[in-house]
Amino acid sequence: MTERVRVKTMMPPGHVRTPAYLRGKVGVIERELGGFSNPEQLAYGLPAEERPLYRVRFTMEEVWGAAAETPTDTVDAEIFGHWLERL
Amino acid sequence: MPHDHPSHSHEGMSPSGHPYRADNDTALTYWQRMEIAVRELLVEKGAVTPEEVARQIDTMDARSPANGAAVVARAWVDPDFKARLLQDASAASREMGFDIGPLRLIAVENTESVHNLIVCTLCSCYPRNLLGLPPDWYKTRAYRSRAVIEPRAVLREFGVELPDHVQVRVHDSTADMRYVVLPARPAGTEGLDEAELAALVTRDSMIGTGLPRTP
Repeated sequence: MTERVRVKTMMPPGHVRTPAYLRGKVGVIERELGGFSNPEQLAYGLPAEERPLYRVRFTMEEVWGAAAETPTDTVDAEIFGHWLERL
Repeated sequence: MPHDHPSHSHEGMSPSGHPYRADNDTALTYWQRMEIAVRELLVEKGAVTPEEVARQIDTMDARSPANGAAVVARAWVDPDFKARLLQDASAASREMGFDIGPLRLIAVENTESVHNLIVCTLCSCYPRNLLGLPPDWYKTRAYRSRAVIEPRAVLREFGVELPDHVQVRVHDSTADMRYVVLPARPAGTEGLDEAELAALVTRDSMIGTGLPRTP
């Protein structure tokens, strides 16, 4: 079963590895990658807890709407679990 | 007279009448100064030696797309290896003897119905420990933004025209994984051995902006 997720729309300051163009967009989990140190702390030399990382697949239609070059093409990105809400 | 330019004087020109090119030197940026300062402190405190730094640079410079091409060619001739590569590309690269350090690599396969393209929209993440340093264009804002907005237009500029039935899958290297494209083996290469096949695999074909050469 495909697991649908939405990227949170929060805009915290600092070093964040969630691209702004994917915030608020809905995708499916392509694979789970395991736990990785949270870059939002790691970037500042702070103790960084492990957070689950996922590859999430989005359609170009979902990302760019009517402006999509080819709606059924896709973009995959690695998104940390604390940026995702399950649908 | 090819070098007779009556509209302007030859003052400040080279003996052949062309303008001298400006030196390619600019002031150090903030981050270049920071790098030098940190490196000198690490040397002063005995954490690293200048020789070790130079050796690491040599090690990185010795990595090249030829390493990735060898991995691709092996996958073309050995179905079991290909399965291992798609399962865990880091382990498969190490199995071939490449020192890729802590690189976490994912291989994505081009088929008759899927074409993969690699980008890092946030910075310039690239599988350096396998393929060496990325091409300059890979780090430009133009490539990084256009690869996710209009990948087919970008591919056309690289000379890759995809039929409509082929799906484009863009991979944005946003966090800890790096990506390499396993291109489809070109037609007409049945008689080639592994080394001859590796010679067909270009850097761009492993980024997805190109296709392998044909013999």
